[in-house]
Amino acid sequence: MLILECPYCGVHAEETELHGGGEAHLTRHGPESSDQDFEGYLFQRENPRGVHFERWRHVHGCGKWFHAARCTATLEVFGTYSAQTSEPPQHIRDRISAKRPGWSWRELA
Amino acid sequence: MSTRLATGGRLTDRTKQMKFRFNGQQMRGVEGDTLASALLANGQLMMGRSFKYHRPRGPVASGSEEPNALVNLGQGARFEPNQRATTTELFDGLVAASQNHWPSLQFDVGAINTHLSRFLPAGFYYKMFIHPRPLWKHVYEPFIRRSAGLGAAPDAETVDADTYEHFYTFTDVLVLGGGVAGLQAALTAARSGAQVLLLEQNAHWGGRTPVDGGEIDGKPAEQWIKDTVQALEAMGNVTLRSRTMGAGVYDHGYVLGYERLTDHAPETPGPRHRLWRIRAQQIVTATGAIERPLSFAGNDVPGVLLASAIRDYVVNYGVSIGDRTVVVTNNDDAYRTAICLHGHGLNVPVIIDARMQGGGALMAQAEALGIRVLKGKAIAKVKGTRKVTAVEICDQAGEGAVLETIPCDAVAMSGGWSPVVHLWSHCGGKLSWDEGNAFFRPDLSRAPTSHDGAPFVIPAGSANGYIQLKDTLADATTAGSSAATAAGHQPKVGTLPQVAPREEAAMLPVWLMPQGANVKLRSKAWLDFQNDVKVSDIQLAAQEGYESVEHAKRYTTLGMATDQGKLSNINGLATLSAALGEAIPSVGTTTFRPPYTPISMGSIAGQARGDIFQPVRETPLHGWHEAHGVHWEPVGQWRRPYSFVQQDETVEQSVNREVKAARDSLGLLDASTLGKIVVKGPDAGKFLDMLYTNMMSTLPVGKCRYGLMCNENGFLMDDGVVARMSDDTWLCHTTTGGAERIHAHMEEWLQTEWWDWQVYCANVTEQYAQIAVVGPNARKLLEKLGGMDVSRETLPFMQWAAGTLGGFPVRIFRISFSGELSYEIAVPASQGLALWERLHAEGAEWNATPYGTEALHILRAEKGFIMIGDETDGTVIPQDLGLGWAISKKKADYIGKRAQARSHMTDPTRWQLVGLETVDGSVLPDGALAVASGTNANGQRHTQGRVTSTYHSPTLNRGIAMGLVLNGPDRMGEVLEFTKLDGTTIPTKIVNAVFLDPEGEKQNV
Repeated sequence: MLILECPYCGVHAEETELHGGGEAHLTRHGPESSDQDFEGYLFQRENPRGVHFERWRHVHGCGKWFHAARCTATLEVFGTYSAQTSEPPQHIRDRISAKRPGWSWRELA
Repeated sequence: MSTRLATGGRLTDRTKQMKFRFNGQQMRGVEGDTLASALLANGQLMMGRSFKYHRPRGPVASGSEEPNALVNLGQGARFEPNQRATTTELFDGLVAASQNHWPSLQFDVGAINTHLSRFLPAGFYYKMFIHPRPLWKHVYEPFIRRSAGLGAAPDAETVDADTYEHFYTFTDVLVLGGGVAGLQAALTAARSGAQVLLLEQNAHWGGRTPVDGGEIDGKPAEQWIKDTVQALEAMGNVTLRSRTMGAGVYDHGYVLGYERLTDHAPETPGPRHRLWRIRAQQIVTATGAIERPLSFAGNDVPGVLLASAIRDYVVNYGVSIGDRTVVVTNNDDAYRTAICLHGHGLNVPVIIDARMQGGGALMAQAEALGIRVLKGKAIAKVKGTRKVTAVEICDQAGEGAVLETIPCDAVAMSGGWSPVVHLWSHCGGKLSWDEGNAFFRPDLSRAPTSHDGAPFVIPAGSANGYIQLKDTLADATTAGSSAATAAGHQPKVGTLPQVAPREEAAMLPVWLMPQGANVKLRSKAWLDFQNDVKVSDIQLAAQEGYESVEHAKRYTTLGMATDQGKLSNINGLATLSAALGEAIPSVGTTTFRPPYTPISMGSIAGQARGDIFQPVRETPLHGWHEAHGVHWEPVGQWRRPYSFVQQDETVEQSVNREVKAARDSLGLLDASTLGKIVVKGPDAGKFLDMLYTNMMSTLPVGKCRYGLMCNENGFLMDDGVVARMSDDTWLCHTTTGGAERIHAHMEEWLQTEWWDWQVYCANVTEQYAQIAVVGPNARKLLEKLGGMDVSRETLPFMQWAAGTLGGFPVRIFRISFSGELSYEIAVPASQGLALWERLHAEGAEWNATPYGTEALHILRAEKGFIMIGDETDGTVIPQDLGLGWAISKKKADYIGKRAQARSHMTDPTRWQLVGLETVDGSVLPDGALAVASGTNANGQRHTQGRVTSTYHSPTLNRGIAMGLVLNGPDRMGEVLEFTKLDGTTIPTKIVNAVFLDPEGEKQNV
């Protein structure tokens, strides 16, 4: 059971306090979008063995959604950050790069 | 025959006799016995029958790795199947029975399978029972089900008489295993000041070192163990728990411990088992090692045991398996058993050593005692069925030609030792193959990692592949020190426990005995005793293409069930790799999954049973309902009245009475469970326009609008009435089950997509009691209470007003889910009961009748109103339900709009909502399908519709239903055939879904 630090209330929350929300940083495609874009938005998800960005909600705590950057293979957590951003902040990316040299954003596999 | 020796048994107290029963027979044991040692002391070597071939089986081991001696334990409310006799501590009055035989352990009809074993190879069931298909259901499946499983399932109606609990704790260093390695690691870590928790699965500390002997720091091992435990107990930062197993290691230092508090003393008050939910910064796995069997023909005959187990029974319990024990080995350790037996006055006719050069110092010692040692030899076959009678000896290098037959009544086998790597592996720790010792050991460079990317599990002692006592203690010291450091403490420099080195000759990997054994011998050489997997089965699996170890495991069932690879793993892998012609490490291991040994279901449930299994939500009127004949219905976590049953009335009659009361005069409904979410802010209107399919931003203050909510996939997920409270505030009503879900849905969109919109939402469901006053006399009742103008002109349909009604501060919503004149009155929860009672008192003149959910359902169905969860099931869009009118055409976007534009959603052949009436007036079965002509590829009838809601309407005195039907709205008056459970069909006419008052005149008064 993972422990993630809620960036809003600072609690180191156990997984039972949290609700997982799948892949983070999706772009919503609305009414005028192409079938392909909409399919990608609604159904296609990354499932990497390695660095991944996820949405979590501190549901049995402060109720806030946040993002977590972690490694699905080693369970290492690179950091948690606000959900109110469309891409991972620079300090999170830097931390990942320090641990996983050569890694870059959106090269998830 | 197995028996109690005249003296000995370091764990037993012979002055304390205990009585117990096995298969109805009265037996005696002594305090400190396990059930297995007590049975052996009574001459009961055979303890069960094997799973597939029903072969007679006795214990192979003395601990938790035991595959055979599984028994039905206890009676009545304390009955439990598949309990290991080797880890069940004996108590006075214990009752046990053997498993998997009929009619008796001695004579078992199923044993015929062993003679049919040629015809029951690996994969037999998969191959045999596939054709012809119809036989599966009526012949094969019932037969397999009857013969499946080992122990008897407990009676489904019996409630477990014991209690269980969960316990949460945190520690710096968790040491799993209280053998000498665990003790030493715990001591080293504790001296640094770290908080240490030490768990041991058995009742005794020190593991098997006292049996194996040796001196530590110049004193007997047993004394060193005692002193170390005392030292640990004296330290304030150390907690010790025996009878507590480390069951599983999980992400980020989470560990489950399984404590057995009263299994050994059932009359003790308190919980029986305790599940420890531990968070540890560092975990030391000092889980020891398990001896491996050797694969020779007849290695499963009762009386063939692991060499270490035979030694355990003698030293720990003063019990011998037989008078004449043949030892067979590929390593030096088994010589200890021979020397031990000899020391207890028991005969060892021969030690069969597979190694051409034999062993080291221990062999010399055995030979000096006059024990005959044969080198380079093997067992060709064990003779005997219910017990060992003799062994046939051959050359290990050959194919099994018998050189000599030696009568004996026990065989002590040792194929070497395997570190217990389960807990290391649970959370991703990898293994490497140790060629010299022929075992997998933890690969420290690939340890399980925690949140910081650093290792959090450290193996220690023989669990880390250090089998010799000196090395074990040195490694445990390192492990304890590393764990303390990693947990942020400074370990003290201390001296290592002093142990004299012992010279042992190298072991020889022996995977089959003799190495060239013919097929007849291989088909009687067991790898997995519990699942009846033999060398020949693994070879067959490899031959048939099951090359992956995970596939071979599933095809043959090797290492499944409670074994989890404890005894069978390495021998099975080695056999598979030999058959594939590959090296053992390239074949790899199967996955080790928690728990290490089975834990009770009760411990997993903990306190969550009965009334506290889950919280029950009660409305402010709950107590009133209970006092008035309520028949409850669970709705999510709520309890809602299904109906109120009066004396001399059936539930069905009460529902009909309630419907009629609401239609004819006055009904009262507790609608408090309805979700109520306040949405407020400058952007609230914009937000609700995205959330609902219809336009909410244009709703005038004081008005109500029925709204539909879809998910992003376009499917209808909730509905309800939205009321505009003020310029920037809306109140959204949701379904009873939907309040939390919809509130979470709102938060998710606000927090993660439209976070720049200025909107707050608050779930105020429990802040208000809500009462629906329904029926032709509803207005008269409200007027009688007085204080608010509820006339048609001032408070018309789909408006709301705030005010004081009969002294209560209320909001009155003029909305209707019944088609009647109806007011829903919201009042602060604390005043709900008072208002409810007042409404009943003042409404008595109109026979005010409380009604429940079933009447509510019928009232809405008579009007053709949909119900989320009945008409919808996650695949239905509003357009299917004739609710196109509630979908705004003006809005550029709403959640689900894009999805509803997909070709499948706009397909004109989607089934559409209609009303249904059986020609004979009967009630359609729920979920019934409308059949069409022709059949599909599976020979099933084509369908063209299904029933979504079906009731008896007391108002119309006939069955009414709603359903989704192909082109339904265009087929009014057409008669379709709907299925019944008995296979026949009911002719049913398609009608308008609004069965009553289609113009809405009753509610609009």
